[in-house]
Amino acid sequence: MTDTTITAEILAFVKGRFPQAEFSAADDIFSIGYVNSLFAMELVMFIEKAFAITIPNDELRIDNFRTAAAMTDLVTRQRSAVLVG
Amino acid sequence: MTNQLLARLPASPVLDRATANAFVDEHIVPFAGAWDLAGAVPEGLLARIADAGLWAPFLAPELGGAGMDMVTLGEIHEEVGRGCSSVRSLLTVHTMLSWALSRFGSPDQVQQWGPALAAGQQLGAFCLSETGAGSDAAAITTTATPAGAGWVLNGVKKWITGGQLADLFLVFAQGPHSMVALLVPRSTPGVQVRPIEDMLGTRASMLAEIAFTDVELGRGALIGPSGFASGMVLAGVLDVGRYSVAAGSVGIIQACLDASASYSSHRVVGGSPLRDLALIQAKVSDMVTDVRAARMLCAEAGRLKDAGDPGTIMATWIAKYFASTAAARHATEAVQIHGANGCSPHYPVARYYRDAKVMEIIEGSNEIQRITIAGEAYREQAR
Ligand SMILES: Cc1cc2nc3c(=O)[nH]c(=O)nc-3n(C[C@H](O)[C@H](O)[C@H](O)COP(=O)(O)OP(=O)(O)OC[C@H]3O[C@@H](n4cnc5c(N)ncnc54)[C@H](O)[C@@H]3O)c2cc1C
Repeated sequence: MTDTTITAEILAFVKGRFPQAEFSAADDIFSIGYVNSLFAMELVMFIEKAFAITIPNDELRIDNFRTAAAMTDLVTRQRSAVLVG
Repeated sequence: MTNQLLARLPASPVLDRATANAFVDEHIVPFAGAWDLAGAVPEGLLARIADAGLWAPFLAPELGGAGMDMVTLGEIHEEVGRGCSSVRSLLTVHTMLSWALSRFGSPDQVQQWGPALAAGQQLGAFCLSETGAGSDAAAITTTATPAGAGWVLNGVKKWITGGQLADLFLVFAQGPHSMVALLVPRSTPGVQVRPIEDMLGTRASMLAEIAFTDVELGRGALIGPSGFASGMVLAGVLDVGRYSVAAGSVGIIQACLDASASYSSHRVVGGSPLRDLALIQAKVSDMVTDVRAARMLCAEAGRLKDAGDPGTIMATWIAKYFASTAAARHATEAVQIHGANGCSPHYPVARYYRDAKVMEIIEGSNEIQRITIAGEAYREQAR
């Protein structure tokens, strides 16, 4: 799975939750004001399920979830950690 | 059977709905009315629940849990809720804390608390609400102030289920930048437990107000590593609690159905049993239908949890809304079918009626559920 596909899947999920908003991979989804802790939870669950990873506690930082690009980096990092481990 | 005798008998492990059903019929149903009147559950019951492995069976086997899936956990909480909503409430809050630990705890926290929580040697409680903050969780005024290498906690939590019994509190407080979640042992200096008695429903759920006065905690008390994660700890914990309450509400409907079918078969009015009357049949048929529908909604929420699907959060809201409102409706009708007997302490339906009302208030009140579910409808429509 390429970074572009990962980003596209993440954006599709976020847009599905907030259809009225326009997001690009670089947009800060928290600054748009829609995000609450319920959505954050859904986002983490989505990423873990869609990309078959477990996000460790020390990666549950807001900066890792601010943009689809940051989330893509997180997924890539965790996937390679799984492969190495 | 007396409570003393009950305390001496061994309980078999509870692994699924069938074994939970047998456990509840033997160890809970015969005594729940007395516990409700007394406003307390006996120590022996807590040990029985521990023997049966019921406190936190979803925890991993290496911690002493059974690695149980959420569908089965929901079925077990339904069965316990059928017998006694107070006991199910104690399981709910213990489940919430144990789940937070397993999902967000550091390896040290998991090692420190996990085995004791799985075994029921330490009981957990969930501390969010305050006198001035219930539905509006953001309004909590309890503070966690960084001090030295740890925290100082100040504030008063109210309506804490199991607070009289719990050894470990999961406390939500305002941190320096956002809400934080802390694990606070009851034995910490500055923690004061004041029992709350004579509630309308779940009267034996050992409610308490918990005051935290200059409670000094180490750095390791924080659960979830940052402000962002603390919001998720709360959302996740409430989701699990809501699932348990939804399942418990299904149990109340089943109990109303069982009691109503039995009573209406025996009670003779105008020369024939109540069961022959069409208006009584209508009530019973609605109970049959709703208990199945509520059970299916819970099973769907549980299945999505087991699959790690984010759709479980909304599915759980819907299951809890449906099951709790149906429980309140059917408990009213169960009392109606029982007439004056239904208003007396000699039949369990009065207890179901009082307990069902509580289900419409806790873990997201009816109004908050409707707001959230409607929000989902409009989001779907905008797609
Ligand atoms: C038996 C029992 C056990 C409990 N156990 C615990 C526990 O273990 N831990 C814990 O932290 N808390 C516990 N609680 C507290 C419970 O979570 C709160 O009672 C609940 O969140 C509602 O808050 P409140 O009582 O402050 O009501 P309020 O928030 O004051 O609400 C009052 C009414 O207004 C409605 N309302 C509120 N906001 C809105 C809105 N925006 N739109 C429309 N209507 C609204 C509510 O639905 C409710 O009907 C328990 C409560 C009970 C009764």
